[in-house]
Amino acid sequence: MILKRRCMLRACCALAVAGAAAARADDADEAHAAPQAGDALVFAYGARAGEVIAPTDLAFGAKQTLAFPMNPATKRVRDGTRLNQLIVVRVDPAGLRGETSTRSAGGVVAYSGVCSHTGCDVTDWLPDARHFKCPCHESEFDPSDAARVVAGPAPWQLAALPLKLVDGAISIAGPFEGKVGFAQPGGDPFGARPPV
Amino acid sequence: MLDHKVRRALALLTLFVMLGVTVGAAAQSARDYSAVTDARLLAPEAGNWLMYRRTYDSWGYSPLARITARNVADLVPVWTASTGTTEGHQAPPIVNDGVMFVTTPFNQVLAFDAKSGDLLWRYRRQMPADIRMGHPTNRGVALYGDKVYMATSDAKVVALDARTGNVAWESTVEDYNGGYYMTLAPLAARGKIMVGVSGGERGIRGFVVALDAQTGKQVWKTYTIPAPGEPGSETWPGDSWKTGGAPVWITGSFDPALNMTYWGTGNPGPWTGDRRPGDNLYTNSVVALDVETGKLSAHHQYHWNDSWDWDEVSAPLLIDVQRNGRTIHGLVHPGRDGYLWLLERSAQGIAFVDAKPYVTQNVFTKLDPKTGRPEYDLAHKPAVGHRATYCPSLWGGKDWPPAAYSPKTGYLYIPANDNLCAEMEGDDEVEYRRGQQFTGATTTDFRVTAGADHIGELQAWNLQTGERAWTHKFESPNWGPVLATAGGVIFEGGTSDRYFRAFDAATGKELWRYRTNSGITGVPTTFEIDGVQYVAVQSGWGVDAQGMLARIDRARGTDTIVPQGGVVWVFALRAK
Repeated sequence: MILKRRCMLRACCALAVAGAAAARADDADEAHAAPQAGDALVFAYGARAGEVIAPTDLAFGAKQTLAFPMNPATKRVRDGTRLNQLIVVRVDPAGLRGETSTRSAGGVVAYSGVCSHTGCDVTDWLPDARHFKCPCHESEFDPSDAARVVAGPAPWQLAALPLKLVDGAISIAGPFEGKVGFAQPGGDPFGARPPV
Repeated sequence: MLDHKVRRALALLTLFVMLGVTVGAAAQSARDYSAVTDARLLAPEAGNWLMYRRTYDSWGYSPLARITARNVADLVPVWTASTGTTEGHQAPPIVNDGVMFVTTPFNQVLAFDAKSGDLLWRYRRQMPADIRMGHPTNRGVALYGDKVYMATSDAKVVALDARTGNVAWESTVEDYNGGYYMTLAPLAARGKIMVGVSGGERGIRGFVVALDAQTGKQVWKTYTIPAPGEPGSETWPGDSWKTGGAPVWITGSFDPALNMTYWGTGNPGPWTGDRRPGDNLYTNSVVALDVETGKLSAHHQYHWNDSWDWDEVSAPLLIDVQRNGRTIHGLVHPGRDGYLWLLERSAQGIAFVDAKPYVTQNVFTKLDPKTGRPEYDLAHKPAVGHRATYCPSLWGGKDWPPAAYSPKTGYLYIPANDNLCAEMEGDDEVEYRRGQQFTGATTTDFRVTAGADHIGELQAWNLQTGERAWTHKFESPNWGPVLATAGGVIFEGGTSDRYFRAFDAATGKELWRYRTNSGITGVPTTFEIDGVQYVAVQSGWGVDAQGMLARIDRARGTDTIVPQGGVVWVFALRAK
């Protein structure tokens, strides 16, 4: 009987450990997963880190807020990779151009915060021009126009994240549109293929 | 959730990618290779260029003299090779008995037959997808034994078989996600591969580490910021030492008689000094590290509590200088702070000798005659809420491009930039975010001195008299590392007009120029094979040279276009 109970305890422990490990793996997967439709946006840093960003938290024309997506069901913030870091601003909806208009939620627009040039964090803001600026090599991007490059060495626009308003709250409407991050230039310049 | 097998396959694939991929021409890879010994590094053959500055004293000088001031006008390209990538090509072509090794941005190593230009092998490193490459460049390999060593942008050292390019070992120096990265050529000496870390603008704590050349295992590690309780820790308030910067950007010099290496250190972070009151040791300094133990045995801080982003990145040149009838074993450093420093090194430590400005400098009001400690004009010292203009600009009188010294002329050759000032102000708020920019300062456009006819300069200084011998001026800024030769010829590129130039070492007269594919910020070298002297350099504009030019363009209202793309150029005298 005692033996049986010990076995059961061991089995339970093993199951519990396995369960915890699986939960940890699930959690890590969720934190690393790319932003998904239905995710909320939360502050990435500062005193309100982890809190949901409301449209009223973003002043028109103010410097970008750094954010991460969050699964609203599990409350898990997808901060497992910096490739999920977002920059969010609120601009004049009347000034939005092209597809940016359909991607915005009441003037709030979100983009990948990883520069397309060499992967730095796009954290600076030019208040007069209302452009994002990368502090590493001074590439500038226009948030009202698909974050297209308006100056500097970046080769292409920042990946855009479509948003929508659901009951007045900001919600991610779909996956990134465009490539997140940068690509090493040159491809395979010597015409050979690496061994597989 | 991913299937277990898929996870394992992904892990293997990731490992494979992280290790990099080497592609070589098998038929050529078995060629003879001359092992690089300590004896050879201490006294390299005249025809070889075995390390970053050719010799441990960092002179950037070659005793080759077939190319002279009289015949250099006959220099022509004999072979070129595209590197296949862009950004700043800053590495010297390093040559060992006919085999040339160059590194490029994104941590590619190319091995060539130095005479024919045939590609022997290449190593390509694939960067992690989440890396930040603030300085996409690499400054060259170190050679030791039968291996080739490179420090990488993802903060590793990789050792390659010199014959094949195959990876012998790889060693993680730090976590790149914490803002650490490396761009310098390693220093190889006495069985060790020594490297320092960059990332001062990202809240790192700088250090130099020595790895065993055979295995890659760490032998010693010395921080450039003391921990609480260590000497110098009193110069940092609170926890600021943990994220204080003091990076090590550039290869150190080595004095084999003292068994001591000398390294330059970068500035503290955040950038304005009012955020971290104190001297902030050992930022903006030269530090002396024992090659066997790494013990920091001496230092000299060029300037304290930096607020100008004046990293003192370059290692000092080890030059004997006469002063008052006495031979001084000197440490010579044309500083980013715009002063030319002469210090004395000995077993007792480092002593200040003298210093004077070599470009316009409006910050230092005086130097202590005994210690060299500067006093500041606070009007020109940026702080939170205080936007200050200062000269030289944040890129300094001389940034990383190395100066050279010729024992033939006794001149030090400085690639300088003058007539430039910058504005900076500390931001109201700065929050440390791991791996991200931690400068806490806003810099604005440059101010070019009104009426200035030039920015770039190649300066020659007579170190025995302490006087400037000549200055060659360039309208463009100058980002050209300097090569000095016994033939009385000085080589450098560095200007936005894409020229590679030769100058008379004695007079500064331009003797020859050749227009290349891009701007040259590569370190030029020279070598000899079968009685022919070659001069080699990489052309490939980018990184800080590009950034400075953009600001100058804005200040001047110009739009200077310098095409990117790397090419290795090798020149020799036209056959007669």
